[in-house]
Amino acid sequence: MKVRVFVSLKEGVLDPQGKAVGHALAALGFKGVGEVRIGRVVDLDVAAKTADEARKEGEAMAKALLANEVIEDFHVEVVA
Amino acid sequence: MKVGIVVFPGTNRERDMVQALTLATGRAPKLVWHQEESVTGLDLVVLPGGFSFGDYLRSGAMAAHSPIMTAVRRFAEQGGYVLGVCNGFQILTEAQLLPGALLRNAGMRFLSQDCHLKVEGKENIFTHGWAKGDVFRAPLAHGDGNYTAAPEMLDRLEGEGRVAFRYCRDDGYIQHDDAQINLNGSARSIAGVLSENRRVCGMMPHPENLTDPALGGTDGMPLFKGIVESLST
Repeated sequence: MKVRVFVSLKEGVLDPQGKAVGHALAALGFKGVGEVRIGRVVDLDVAAKTADEARKEGEAMAKALLANEVIEDFHVEVVA
Repeated sequence: MKVGIVVFPGTNRERDMVQALTLATGRAPKLVWHQEESVTGLDLVVLPGGFSFGDYLRSGAMAAHSPIMTAVRRFAEQGGYVLGVCNGFQILTEAQLLPGALLRNAGMRFLSQDCHLKVEGKENIFTHGWAKGDVFRAPLAHGDGNYTAAPEMLDRLEGEGRVAFRYCRDDGYIQHDDAQINLNGSARSIAGVLSENRRVCGMMPHPENLTDPALGGTDGMPLFKGIVESLST
């Protein structure tokens, strides 16, 4: 099964990368861009047989390594 | 005193650390490869700077789960002394041997320059070589040095005297929101922290790079002399 893990900085954690991208977008003429936050998407192919198992496995992997819960939130979707 | 320096693929400051520790202890430290599974017989384990595993995923994240870190965790749990500098500090937070995390520098730029640090830690071997309130110069070279932790954790670190070092001006003045002083934007200007038992210390700047007059000064030597003095008495 395919699992997609979305990792993003927690609310309130400064995202200097997002800020810089926001400035660059404004410089390119995109008006009205507010806060920009940048995250990470991890696509995983797992051996689990059911969507439920696959989601659980994705969550376990996010907790163990893919996300640092001190600064990041994550959510897991079963893609296929 | 027996010191081990852990080397990961991408570590590049281990020789600087070897030199500083050889000067301070009078004997060469042991280099420990990341795939080894034991740190038995050591008094101090040092995680040096560099870019372990190419900083993939997050700085220090991959190294924190390598075989040697299981041994380092056990060593720390049994009361062993561990020092992490720069990438070593990042690894210690990723391994949850120290609280908090290190984010991208607030100004987005990789910083390579000298900084000044104020000594604040209480009752530990890492600040033993200085008096509380002392200010010293240390080189700094990192992209992800912006220390952060939950506000309650920051309060706890301050309340328990576990902030080892803070970024300051050369006269000791601290200003959290001044990018000329708190260079990477760290929460409460924190440059180094101690574990609950005060035996694990992580810091972003590099005292090991100022331990030889031929290289510009010995401002960083009290870190190593203080450790040696504490552990050999």
